[in-house]
Amino acid sequence: MSNYAIQVKNLTKVFNGFTAVDQISFTVKTGELFGLLGPNGAGKTTTINMLSTLLKATSGYGDVSGYDISRNKDNIRRSIGVVFQEPALDIKLTGKENLEFHAMMYGIEKEERKKRIKEVLELVELTEKEKVLVEKYSGGMKRRLEIARGLIHEPNVLFLDEPTLGLDAQTRRHIWDYIKRLNKEGGVTIILTTHYMEEADFLCDRIAIMDRGKFVAMDSPGRLKDILGGDVVFLEIEGNADALVNRINSLAWIKNITRHDENLSLTMERGERRIPELINVARENGVNVTCVHLRKPSLEDVFLHFTGRTIREEEASQAERNREILRRRFGRRR
Amino acid sequence: MINKTAVYVLWVREMKRFWRAKSRIVGALAMPLFFLAFLGLGFRRMAIPGVAGDVGYIRFLVPGIIGMSILFSSTFGGLSVLWDREFGFLKEIMVAPVSRVSIVLGRIAGGATTALIQAVLILGISYIMGFKILNVSSIFLAIVFMILIAVTFLGLGLIFASKMRDMQGFSIVMNFVIFPLFFLSGALYPLENFPVWLRYISKLDPLTYGVDGLRAALIGVSSFSIFSNFIFMVIFSSVMILLGAYFFEKSESV
Repeated sequence: MSNYAIQVKNLTKVFNGFTAVDQISFTVKTGELFGLLGPNGAGKTTTINMLSTLLKATSGYGDVSGYDISRNKDNIRRSIGVVFQEPALDIKLTGKENLEFHAMMYGIEKEERKKRIKEVLELVELTEKEKVLVEKYSGGMKRRLEIARGLIHEPNVLFLDEPTLGLDAQTRRHIWDYIKRLNKEGGVTIILTTHYMEEADFLCDRIAIMDRGKFVAMDSPGRLKDILGGDVVFLEIEGNADALVNRINSLAWIKNITRHDENLSLTMERGERRIPELINVARENGVNVTCVHLRKPSLEDVFLHFTGRTIREEEASQAERNREILRRRFGRRR
Repeated sequence: MINKTAVYVLWVREMKRFWRAKSRIVGALAMPLFFLAFLGLGFRRMAIPGVAGDVGYIRFLVPGIIGMSILFSSTFGGLSVLWDREFGFLKEIMVAPVSRVSIVLGRIAGGATTALIQAVLILGISYIMGFKILNVSSIFLAIVFMILIAVTFLGLGLIFASKMRDMQGFSIVMNFVIFPLFFLSGALYPLENFPVWLRYISKLDPLTYGVDGLRAALIGVSSFSIFSNFIFMVIFSSVMILLGAYFFEKSESV
């Protein structure tokens, strides 16, 4: 078994002249939890579809579990599990029947099948609902059933495309816990896509930020945030500000300082540990601190830093682009 | 290459869905039975050239209506790939490690079984209403033709499904493909009454041989010999299945 679950080089997908994925390269280590973060339409799903053999790459090389995506499709299909962005369940079958269908398609023998279906149903707490038609399931239940299904054939690599899209906060939290456990206890390599910053931050060992088909940055969430220079501490003060500013400027760990009258905003690492010291320094200089506010940089700030736009802004303009993609892609067929 | 478990499980899925949609079965049976009842009763006393006097129009019509029911249900069966695409389930099927041929065979097995169940029900109801079947062995012969018709049009449905993105083109297929195939086949009237040029076109319609084969099997009266009907249907069904499988394999699943 190689050290890498996935190796991708210059992978590209062009739909009728529109480049959805543009020469991306990355590797994912076995056992890693890797995230593709970006707005809708950035090319995340297209990337997943190429790696899971559903779409043919226009150019470039991809390798999943040691198999070439353009040649060893069946081997890849056997070694991966995929949870698609939109539900991919037969709603006219019960939850258990959906799992049985899947297990049989993957050639799992009867006894083993029964055992594993029981296990995964317990894992996602759907045992009581196994005989209910999927059309009666809630969104969260469907999602859990799909994750369960992705695990029946014990894949080496699990692809999760927007695993918590459209779910309420509580269910989302629940699914995050499953994903973490699968990765840490089950040792499954997981690639997930998301446009929720906090999801990528909470779950992923490493993140690639994707925008308009390209990777704009790739690193651990912590280090990505460090690029911004650390936390920002806002101080509201009363008294002789000039002396204090001079004093603070001489501190080695202060990276940046800006002043608006009685308000100071200071950039530093590990801001929460520095606040007491800052208050002491202020008191020594005869200045009263009336209010303190600490702001940790989020991945949202990181996205802003690299693209000059926030993800939300990006999504508004993306709606128009998506229509364009659909037109180009499906236009000729209608 | 052919994964038997996959074919089987796809067939089982189709059977479960069919069994759970009982209202759909009733709906699918209603139209052919209405055709049979109203056309049969309406034209009952008319002497139609090409229908022998001792056969009678209703007896002539029953095999045609059975052919019609299979034409509709199996074309829709092939097109049902589009429903799976709509509901996302197609991706679940396509990402599984089974050959695409097995997937096509599974769909055909399922679609042909449901079409056959409906056709046999219509035959049974006609029998109860007084339709005289030649003899017992003719039922088996008729079932052979039913399967061949079903496979042919499942292949056709698959071809269309591979070329369409969603159900929007459905009414076009319905109006410009299925109905012309139905009317050209001679299911409702003897083709001898068509002008010569139209008769040539109807000879290109697979359903012509299907319906004629059903007539040969069930009432012993037909335009072509039962053997040539059989050979034509074997050729049509093989070609359609191969084309259907080819286009299905080529089509993108997302």
